[in-house]
Amino acid sequence: MKIMVAIKRVVDYAVKIRVKSDKTGVETQNVKMSMNPFCEIALEEALRIKESGLASEVVAVTMGPAQSVDTLRTGLAMGADRGIHVESTGALYPLSVAKLLKALVEVEKPGLLILGKQVFLNASIREVGFVFLPVKLHCIVAWRLRILCGSVTFCHSRFPVKAIDDDCNQTGQMVAGLLGWPQGTFASKVVLDKENRVATVEREVDGGLETLSLDLPAVITLIESPNTLSNIRCNVQGVYDSYTILILLIFKIGTDKAECTDLRLNHPRYATLPNIMKAKSKVIKKFTPQELNVEIQSDLEVVQVTEPPKRKAGVMVSSVDELIDKLKNEAHII
Amino acid sequence: MQKAVQLSSLASTLVLAEHEAGFIKAASVSAVVAANSVSKDNSISVLLAGSGPSLQEAAAHAASCHPSVSQVLVADSEKFTYPLAEPWAKLVHLVQQRGGYSHIIAPSGSFGKNILPRAAALLGVSPVTDVIEILESNLFIRPIYAGNALCTVRNTGVDPCMMTIRSISFPVPPTSANSKSNVSPISQVDLSTFSEDSVGKSRYVKQTSQNTERPDLGNARVVVTGGRGLKSAENFKMLEKLAEKLGAAVGATRAAVDQGFVPNDLQVGQTGKIVAPELYMAFGVSGAIQHLAGMRDSKVIVAVNKDADAPIFQVADYGLVGDLFEVIPELLEKLPEKK
Repeated sequence: MKIMVAIKRVVDYAVKIRVKSDKTGVETQNVKMSMNPFCEIALEEALRIKESGLASEVVAVTMGPAQSVDTLRTGLAMGADRGIHVESTGALYPLSVAKLLKALVEVEKPGLLILGKQVFLNASIREVGFVFLPVKLHCIVAWRLRILCGSVTFCHSRFPVKAIDDDCNQTGQMVAGLLGWPQGTFASKVVLDKENRVATVEREVDGGLETLSLDLPAVITLIESPNTLSNIRCNVQGVYDSYTILILLIFKIGTDKAECTDLRLNHPRYATLPNIMKAKSKVIKKFTPQELNVEIQSDLEVVQVTEPPKRKAGVMVSSVDELIDKLKNEAHII
Repeated sequence: MQKAVQLSSLASTLVLAEHEAGFIKAASVSAVVAANSVSKDNSISVLLAGSGPSLQEAAAHAASCHPSVSQVLVADSEKFTYPLAEPWAKLVHLVQQRGGYSHIIAPSGSFGKNILPRAAALLGVSPVTDVIEILESNLFIRPIYAGNALCTVRNTGVDPCMMTIRSISFPVPPTSANSKSNVSPISQVDLSTFSEDSVGKSRYVKQTSQNTERPDLGNARVVVTGGRGLKSAENFKMLEKLAEKLGAAVGATRAAVDQGFVPNDLQVGQTGKIVAPELYMAFGVSGAIQHLAGMRDSKVIVAVNKDADAPIFQVADYGLVGDLFEVIPELLEKLPEKK
């Protein structure tokens, strides 16, 4: 079986980002770029499946400008066998991403496709207040501690961003629709039955849990929770070889560092120097969207980004009596 | 690719509605309210799918749920007994091909988020999720980055413009019950050309719902929430007592859910439910940014936490620094009975 992993190049999350002086976006010239940490997790997972003898090949895929190849090389240095680069400039919205993924699945027919998905945001409050990165496929959010402490002050209220496919929760459903596969979204538990080629998926829905049975191949999107990951870990190993199942690891925005560690499926390996050298000779195949018969649509444009309305400052009360009094006589709510 | 110039003021909107036990869910009525702000002369069609008598009851309810509904479309078939994404997406595709709607709207719950993007892919359009305000027929506001920024998006693509809306941002005005003054016509969707290709690949097995006596978290007037500070599932019982007294729904932070204190459908926040009650009381909640994203629009926020530096106090209207194990019993004792 072959595993395909999508990886994305983003501004390194340790970098303090600067907004371009014309407010059209983020300075990416001479800024350190690296692989989205969630893609590293996805790739590591693929490599481990291969090492346990369940997969024969790991193919790393990236979509984006020419420089994305550097990130692909990093993936190859970690252990991926070969790379695919879909060259595309400009923002890729979920629809285009879904179309490209569908085309690649049809070309490569992987047994498994894994995406790490999260939106990457890097904020450096003192300098710029709030910064956005172009998001094309998937990224991660790295909150600075200051933000987590709730003391967010916006210095700029408006600047355009190039990305809006954050937290959209769309890519999986769209790929499923295009491929005509069944979908199991917001899954917290997946049990695969190799015999009958079905997946039993427990989904989190409004008001409870819903269980579905899906014919494979299927698209399954996972919700983040430590339980989900251990559930998946137990069940995904050793089951697929003759059919394609697509799993998107969906991590939501705003997962803080501590939670990230909790939620980590694994700890990605470092590329060693010999492997970096070896990676230079590994094959990277180039595709253009045209070659894959995909028309890149950009039918959404970001007009502006503003800060949400502020709540007025509250008061501290010193006793339950005072609290009840305030709720009664000031807020008139009880 | 043609750029759709939406000069025509003639908008027609399809609302994907969810129903239960013969009634349209409140969130779906909010989607009708949202459809109302798309344009002045908007004809709104509500699409329902299901099977059997409860569907017909729901259709009757849909026909009179909001004065601006101009028609109700009903897809009655065994295939729609459960709201599965595969047949629903096909249905939306079919109905759109016949009706040529300019907008397709669904509420942002698990139903809409599951179905709408799939249907959008079949129709080849980019959907917009979690819209909180409709400025013009193709200009929308949606929160990004855990609600820390609001993004104004323009849709420049071809029709239909598809979106999910955040129902709390489109409150349903209280109507006089049974305002039978305008009941819109109900018509059956002709399913003879309904194609089967990906339908039948998914099957509904079961649903385990958390049946509670309390009001639904999404629409409760008062919400009391507990966090990690409650320390155990046992202590959540205290909170439930308080909720009972206030006629409130109980919520929880992700930390409390992950610790297994309560089931995860009580989770409030970015990854859980987004609520905007009149009164939100947070006990032992630190106020992580993802949690705040789910309750920042509450009218009055009360926070009780023993850590005076907890971020929750930054958004609270009334903060009380204290041990919740003392505060909750005292509240139970001193709160007036609910009206």
